[in-house]
Amino acid sequence: MNLMDQTFEVLKSQNRTALMPFLTVGDPDIETTVEIIVQLEAAGADIIELGVPYSDPLADGPVIQRASQRALKHGVTIRTVMETAVKARESGVTMPFILFTYFNPVLQMGLDLFFKEVQTHEISGLIIPDLPIEESEDIRRRADEAGVSFIPLVAPTSNERIEKIVSNASGFVYCVSSLGVTGERSSFHQGVEEFIQTVKKYTNIPVAIGFGISTQEQVAHFSQICDGVVVGSAIVREIESVIPLLNDVSTRQEGLLQIREFVAQLKA
Amino acid sequence: MTQVPDENGRFGKFGGRFVPETLMNALLELEESYNQNAADPSFQEEIDYLLKQYSGRETPLYYAERLSQHLGEAKIYLKREDLNHTGAHKINNAIAQGLLAKRMGKKKVIAETGAGQHGVATATVAALLGMECKVFMGEEDTKRQALNVFRMKLLGAEVIPVTSGSRTLKDAGNEALRYWVSNVDDTFYILGSAVGPHPYPMMVRNFQRVIGDETRRQILEAEGRLPNILVAPVGGGSNAIGMFYPFIEDKEVAMVGVEAAGKGVDTDFHAATMTKGTHGVFQGSMSYLLQDQHGQVIEAHSISAGLDYPGVGPEHSYLKDIERVKYVPISDQEALDALQLLCRTEGIIPALESAHAVAEVIKIAPKLTKDDIIVICLSGRGDKDVESIMAYTGGVQS
Repeated sequence: MNLMDQTFEVLKSQNRTALMPFLTVGDPDIETTVEIIVQLEAAGADIIELGVPYSDPLADGPVIQRASQRALKHGVTIRTVMETAVKARESGVTMPFILFTYFNPVLQMGLDLFFKEVQTHEISGLIIPDLPIEESEDIRRRADEAGVSFIPLVAPTSNERIEKIVSNASGFVYCVSSLGVTGERSSFHQGVEEFIQTVKKYTNIPVAIGFGISTQEQVAHFSQICDGVVVGSAIVREIESVIPLLNDVSTRQEGLLQIREFVAQLKA
Repeated sequence: MTQVPDENGRFGKFGGRFVPETLMNALLELEESYNQNAADPSFQEEIDYLLKQYSGRETPLYYAERLSQHLGEAKIYLKREDLNHTGAHKINNAIAQGLLAKRMGKKKVIAETGAGQHGVATATVAALLGMECKVFMGEEDTKRQALNVFRMKLLGAEVIPVTSGSRTLKDAGNEALRYWVSNVDDTFYILGSAVGPHPYPMMVRNFQRVIGDETRRQILEAEGRLPNILVAPVGGGSNAIGMFYPFIEDKEVAMVGVEAAGKGVDTDFHAATMTKGTHGVFQGSMSYLLQDQHGQVIEAHSISAGLDYPGVGPEHSYLKDIERVKYVPISDQEALDALQLLCRTEGIIPALESAHAVAEVIKIAPKLTKDDIIVICLSGRGDKDVESIMAYTGGVQS
């Protein structure tokens, strides 16, 4: 049982739902990312997704695409992201880390080296959005051996695929709230509640929901039916909006505080 | 040789379906529908009818006598895909995918385009079939190819400028896939090359193989035997795979795929995916890819917008690795020189893409004998390129 599994157990015993923010590491720069992670935990985040910036992020909407481009300007790599996890841990952050990356950077690092590094860099889970079950057999086996959860995504259109996808999953199941890419939205796929119930029928591990969740009302709503709620683009947009503050020494703390307050109110 | 791809869309280690789960159902549905219709003779009849009556197939296999004499003793034939409606081989695939979309009950189609050739072909087919059409095009390309943007609009399509990433073809492809994820219920994605997730590379190959099938019949009629060498330009590689595929089992037929060396394969400005790329996953499939050591995709460069792409179709990667097809780079300058030679010897202005294949033939033909037959896939006509050629050469022809 890794740190993420333990976190879900504790939350369950307290009848609480995990708030799971996402951010792109290196946006606006590495040092600031570490400070933001500290603020997110202080604001009540339970588990964090650390995004590896990628040149061609197919599953992401414009907000995360822009964050990726900003981070890539600093030459952020998959290794940088892992090192950031360690730095955040050294800064006192105790929550589990999930590495979110497209497959190609993993492939270029080499699977042997990647899993070796994952184990020594405080990573509890992996999300690789462009690796459906048909393409992930080898990775899932290696993740198991490394004691890291390979977190599967299921979509409202997964239908009869759901059982196959979730039956042997570990960590948690990531339910995609609606069709489309990441990004804030006001409405979700029709029948999303039913979809989550279907997923729960086939698995006993925690079920989290993400894609498009941005408001306190949405978080509260999904907290009633899920074990975790992922908020990505809304936080990345908040970070984007305070970059001018973060870049100025005299307003940096104000910027960090603004991010913290945004995340804290999501949980209110 | 075993049949490729396998049931997971793999050509050896290449291909596959590296896409978000949100797209998997749509791809499986597409594959099932394609397989059903491919087995239905009336589907092929519909395609054949439009290829003949609408696009003007079959296209000639023309013996380029003056070009042949200029280059020595070998006989050079041109497969005249440039004579298709809309001016390139792209229409073969667009017609077939459009008809498939109609059979699947989809009322809307989308496409990605670089220079605008596939966008124009898709807009044309959408008009023909009475479908709503959106074309994604990098913002940079909409500026460089304003005339094609207007063409598409004239045909009733909506052109959506893509402002993400490098604002060129690869980003247009990303954006089309993203749009498709959100609108899979009523939208069909007419992908323009033999790239992307399974079943696209297989489907596009099968819709383009008409090029090779006709060539085979025509050369047997003209010469009583198969050619020694086939030469075709490769960006994503749809015309090349269409030309090569029917000859794969014919060991005596050598095949050469010509990619763009831009300003040179040792500069930062080329699109020589096979020469300089490494294995990677891009836009849904495993193939050769121009990328840095961290797996970030590198922007390609070529004077030819159709070859200006950092990836390549997975079946080409497979054919390279099993050494069935040889892939060679040709520079911007070599392609321009070849274009001018074809203009002056044959009165044919080829597309810059096709000029790359001609340039390779300029290199190899002088070494061949009178018993050798070369077929060039002249994938498109050069009208679309006249402006950029003029800009490149300063309007002064030597």
